[in-house]
Amino acid sequence: MATIAKPLARPRAQEHEDPRQYLMHDPLPRGQMNAMVMEAMHTTSPIFWAVTGVLVLIVLFALGYEWYILIMQGQGTAGVLRPDYWGVFLVNTVFWIGISHAGTFISAILRVLKIESRRPFTRAAELMTTFGLVQAGLSIFMHLGRVWLVYWMFPVPNERQIWPVFHSPLMWDLMAITTYLLCSTMYLILPLIPDLAMARDRTEGGWQKPFYRILAIGFRGTEGEWKNLTTAMNIFAFAIIPVMFSVHTIVSWDFAMASRPGWSSTVFGPYFVIGALHSGMAAVAIVLFMLRSTMKHYTYFIRAEHFNTMGMLMLLVSMAWAYFYFNDYLVPWYGGDVWDKLVQEYTEKGPLGYLWYTMLICNIAVPWAFLWNQKWRQTPWLLAIVGLLINVGMYLERFIIIPVGVTINRMPFTWRQYEPRIEVPMTIGTFALFLLLYMLASRLIPLIPVWEVQEGQEAHMIRKIGKAEVSTLSDLE
Amino acid sequence: MATELGMPGITNQTEEEPVGRWGMVIDQDLCTGCQACVAACAMENNVPIVGEEDAGYGRYMHWIRIERLWESEDYPEVKMTPFQPMLCQQCHNAPCEPVCPVFASVHSLSEDLNLQVYNRCVGTRYCGNNCPYQVRSFNWRDYNDERVHPELVTLHNQMNPDVTVRRRGVMEKCTFCIQRIHKAEDKAKSEGRDVQDGEFTTACAQACPTNAIRFGRLDDPESQINQIAATHPSRAYRALEEVRTLPRITYLKGGA
Repeated sequence: MATIAKPLARPRAQEHEDPRQYLMHDPLPRGQMNAMVMEAMHTTSPIFWAVTGVLVLIVLFALGYEWYILIMQGQGTAGVLRPDYWGVFLVNTVFWIGISHAGTFISAILRVLKIESRRPFTRAAELMTTFGLVQAGLSIFMHLGRVWLVYWMFPVPNERQIWPVFHSPLMWDLMAITTYLLCSTMYLILPLIPDLAMARDRTEGGWQKPFYRILAIGFRGTEGEWKNLTTAMNIFAFAIIPVMFSVHTIVSWDFAMASRPGWSSTVFGPYFVIGALHSGMAAVAIVLFMLRSTMKHYTYFIRAEHFNTMGMLMLLVSMAWAYFYFNDYLVPWYGGDVWDKLVQEYTEKGPLGYLWYTMLICNIAVPWAFLWNQKWRQTPWLLAIVGLLINVGMYLERFIIIPVGVTINRMPFTWRQYEPRIEVPMTIGTFALFLLLYMLASRLIPLIPVWEVQEGQEAHMIRKIGKAEVSTLSDLE
Repeated sequence: MATELGMPGITNQTEEEPVGRWGMVIDQDLCTGCQACVAACAMENNVPIVGEEDAGYGRYMHWIRIERLWESEDYPEVKMTPFQPMLCQQCHNAPCEPVCPVFASVHSLSEDLNLQVYNRCVGTRYCGNNCPYQVRSFNWRDYNDERVHPELVTLHNQMNPDVTVRRRGVMEKCTFCIQRIHKAEDKAKSEGRDVQDGEFTTACAQACPTNAIRFGRLDDPESQINQIAATHPSRAYRALEEVRTLPRITYLKGGA
């Protein structure tokens, strides 16, 4: 085990700063951490069940009853009309795929780059990926006019020998989202196996015992098993990064490949990826705040330093997003297309112009105003509010691109304003389903990767070099 | 030279002019905006009546519409553009076709028209989004179902038996009255000849009291529409030529 003196991501600023404020320098015995995570998983308050009940009711109403109405009566119950063939359902799709990006970004890219402060919340972020993609897929199904024939878009051999059209960006989209869902689910399950084995060994009986026994697939923690698991996780961590970047690029091509003014732009690919990270990072901050304030013992695992990391990432991504947004203006200005100009004028000065200003304030002004200060970044509730505002801004950004931008097309006779109808309860339904899945998962699987935290704590050490105390990190591999 | 790329009808050659069997010429100077074509098209093609509420929201489903825009709204100089009937342009390079994931929006090789296969459509509405002319209408509800619209039951007696009645969730659009094309072709085939120009016409052209809309053979240089287009070279244009969809409808500029 080679020991290298390597500064932490953020070196200790003051001499008197207590190193124990960092999770990596505040180790607990493995058994105690296991017990804490298990207890957090088993603690449910009446409020938890009340919120779960309300969410179940919302989901049943919005995704059961309202969707039934939508299917039986047609898309006319939604607000879509002639120039705005695409409405809030596709806004939701893009939004939820964006949310799902942060999970992969945090767990794969930060794992590959060995950012140490990622350790306690990789799983929380990965869960967001999987559950966010579920909402995105559902939103696509809501959008279809004849959802009961959705399998015609799948490459299923049939007697008519009709294959899906692979020229269509929608087919690329379908393939990309399916690949991403599959990869991210596997990437969620792989690091989960040791923790499921831990949960299996600490469960006495009941239905949970066989549940964990099946999910842990007989993991015992031998040297060989760890070796295989680490190899698999490394392969996935590297392999999922291009998948992640490609998914949102391909989602953006749904729009960029269309010959509509305002959409047909080559910058949409990277712009959508950055936008996805922007909303995703903000969502991770919200989730971290909620986990920390509701789950027992999680104040030990999720600390100010993690909010600090998230805050820095959010600020960075916000700046990148601002650049791309500016760039999105540069290209039409350079091209000088009259229709592009009309779309921009409509989004800024049209009847929904206030959405555009709100978007800029939420996406740029708020993070830049509040995230430059370390003290503020380390305040969980402040970060959660900033994250919420960023997500409002990013939702509005997609709303402006899809139903607002589409109002302006090359046939001025058809210009008409879109207003969401049944989309509103169904959108609330997807949010409720996301929260519900997350709440149920938080009581079924250990949300903190204990083995990953312990691995990090073993590797970190405070050494005295001369008179200075230096934080060192041994490279385990 | 054009090379086959393994897909029917797709070559590596860029066409400069639309080719095809059927085309239209619409003279905007002759159009009076009477909307007879809109009514005739709706009768011929079973275009549903969407009802007061949906029509008010802008969900009209007509396959043809008469467009007229303000040229100047300021009081003494109030001026409007000439009427422009807008229908599916049957583009040679149709943007609606490649984006459909299920082959519902396809190009007919025998008729050289854009077709919409209603039974194949799953309702992604990508074609409608990608159509620069915004002429594709979507069945937002089951407008033709008497259980949904009991007040329309009596109107079902006037439905054209040659045309499918579409259900909710599918896209539809102008077909150049393909049922009439087929009828004429069948008749000509049984008589052992080719379809003559002017032998039949579409519902909109038939109903037009001023003959502003004329339909005919595009591939025959002697046909009426080609003659009319040739006699007004300064007025002839195609809608949104800069998108390079190569539409098969030629408009003759009005008010000049």
